[in-house]
Amino acid sequence: MQQSTYIIEVQNVSKYFGEKVALDNINLNVKKGEFVTILGPSGCGKTTLLRLIAGFQTASEGEIRIAGNEITQTPPHLRPVNTVFQKYALFPHLNVFDNIAFGLKLKKTPKQVIEKKVKSALKMVGMTDYEDRNVDSLSGGQQQRVAIARAIVNEPEVLLLDEPLAALDLKMRKDMQMELKEMHQKLGITFVYVTHDQEEALTLSDTIVVMSEGKIQQIGTPMDIYNEPINSFVADFIGESNILNGTMIKDEVVRFAGHEFECVDKGFGENAPVDVVIRPEDIYIFDPSDAAQLTGTVSSCIFKGVHFEMLVQTKEGYELMVQDYHAFEAGREVGLLVKPFDIHVMKKERTCNTFEGKMIDEQHVEFLGCEFECLPQTQFSAGDKVEVQIDFQNVILEDNEEDGRLTGEVKFILYKGNHYHLTVFTDWDEDIYVDTNDVWDDGDRVGITIAPEHIRLNKL
Amino acid sequence: MMKKILAKGYLWLLLALLYSPILIIMIFSFTEAKVLGNWTGFSTKLYSSLFSGGMHHSLMNAIWNTFVIALLAATISTALGSIAAIGIFNLRSKARAVMNFTNNIPIMNPDIITGVSLFLLFVSFGISQGFTTVVLAHIAFCTPYVVLSVMPRLRKMNPNIYEAALDLGATPFQALRKVILPEILPGMISGFILAFTLSIDDFAVTIFTIGNEGLETLSTYIYADARKGGLTPELRPLSTIIFVTVLVLLIVINKRAEKQQKE
Repeated sequence: MQQSTYIIEVQNVSKYFGEKVALDNINLNVKKGEFVTILGPSGCGKTTLLRLIAGFQTASEGEIRIAGNEITQTPPHLRPVNTVFQKYALFPHLNVFDNIAFGLKLKKTPKQVIEKKVKSALKMVGMTDYEDRNVDSLSGGQQQRVAIARAIVNEPEVLLLDEPLAALDLKMRKDMQMELKEMHQKLGITFVYVTHDQEEALTLSDTIVVMSEGKIQQIGTPMDIYNEPINSFVADFIGESNILNGTMIKDEVVRFAGHEFECVDKGFGENAPVDVVIRPEDIYIFDPSDAAQLTGTVSSCIFKGVHFEMLVQTKEGYELMVQDYHAFEAGREVGLLVKPFDIHVMKKERTCNTFEGKMIDEQHVEFLGCEFECLPQTQFSAGDKVEVQIDFQNVILEDNEEDGRLTGEVKFILYKGNHYHLTVFTDWDEDIYVDTNDVWDDGDRVGITIAPEHIRLNKL
Repeated sequence: MMKKILAKGYLWLLLALLYSPILIIMIFSFTEAKVLGNWTGFSTKLYSSLFSGGMHHSLMNAIWNTFVIALLAATISTALGSIAAIGIFNLRSKARAVMNFTNNIPIMNPDIITGVSLFLLFVSFGISQGFTTVVLAHIAFCTPYVVLSVMPRLRKMNPNIYEAALDLGATPFQALRKVILPEILPGMISGFILAFTLSIDDFAVTIFTIGNEGLETLSTYIYADARKGGLTPELRPLSTIIFVTVLVLLIVINKRAEKQQKE
């Protein structure tokens, strides 16, 4: 058998729950001894991916290997992995010792060996002398330590952790993070850690896998992910950021917020539409002077403990978040400056909505499961398949669902400095992207209308 | 003050109405008189003749039958009900609601209907009625109660512990035995006790399924005895013993429920 350098190999794995796609063609390789964090908002598929590796669910498509062995359909009790659950999942009828010894007893390990191993596992999690305690009498943090001991005592090749600290309070969580990191170094085994807490991911991991909507968005070191987010979703999810629409004028020159800036990115081509990401701590703020690239007025200033967080309204009408150790009170005129290497330029994933549609007659086209009126067409005849394009700003959202041709739910909101970029999940199961100045909330139900003159039809 | 006395008085009147028949039987179990209502002085003779009684061979038989049937029915329905509860619990929410409803129908159903329908079922399948049919019938009406008493334990259980057991190397069967079973055991015991008392107590279903081979349970015996003309005096101490036993069982069930609530 070919010896692989990867302990876990996930190849082209998809998982469907009925019609719903939970995981969409996932490819992930984990090196032996790595601390990998799968990070994403709730419902992004991260827990499903972990459960596929643990074996509690099986993949609809694709292949999973652990230590070179194909285990896609192997039941969980035959896999060389152990799991730490979010809600501990200790056996309430067993005491601490018997909980930890559970796996070893099943393997018919001799009694003296069990005792020795349980003792050393308890020592590892800092719970020496707790053997005879009832698990219900332990605090949340202690229960999670026992759960970790119960998993590592079996010496798995991979330890899977499903949001293990989510149920703990902040102080306890911070302590446990450090302990987990130490434990990882001492044990030398692979950790796969699932969390929705980006700070936790940045603190703990060797590698972060950012997921959204069943897809992997980016894989990289914490530094890579933070400094070079691959798209606006990752930039928005990891840390605070200003995300603006921009145009790459030529190599190393980008235009956004009404000005041209020097940057370090190239290879986008001339006049290419891009997303520009600037971290709030990378913007210099000072009294207006010639050095300022942008000028504006502070609209709010909040003390955040270490720094102040200020919102600056620029003269061109863009809102930027700035973090600085010095306070500039609301109402004050300020100058702003960004250094070239702090401007992160990302290719736009899309510049307009594109759907596949079908002509009904000269003035009607069907797409997203609905019939829309369009301008009279001569080019196409009824029944022709066409490509439908609609610009983001031409999609109109209505408060009343009945007012729209189509209904959907606001799913993801991105503030772009002077407008919001929304992802609306239509009831036809496809996303439509909308630029708007109105404020919507995540989960709002909306009606969607599109004026006939804003529907562009192209040959497929 | 007057109000308080009235309120208390009402309560005691109610309790007296509810419990006086039993109390009368209990009191008159400690006398020798053949006819209920005659007090001929304190005596425990009826108790001793109940236990030594060679003359009440058929009564002893009925008691024995009752307990064997109750034990069998309670054991089997506890096993069936627990497995069913686990199955129902793991259904998708819609199917689960349907199954829970289906499980409740036999509980709501009047005993007499259950009895008649089981009678018709056995007759139409040509099964000769006797001990087996009574046990089967009792299993049939006890099982839903076991399901009902096991279900809350499953709901309270951390859903991950079954997976945790698998994860630690247990086969699905081992996980069921070592993790799920200990978790639902209190519910199973309550269910068993409930099924046991229901089975002892039952008359309507039993009378329809007992056949005419001369098999008697306590309830059918007492019924027949009462119709023959007056109760056998020994039934008074027997009723007392059964009442006390059931009372103790009820207290045990309630205490267990209380303890579980506290947890």
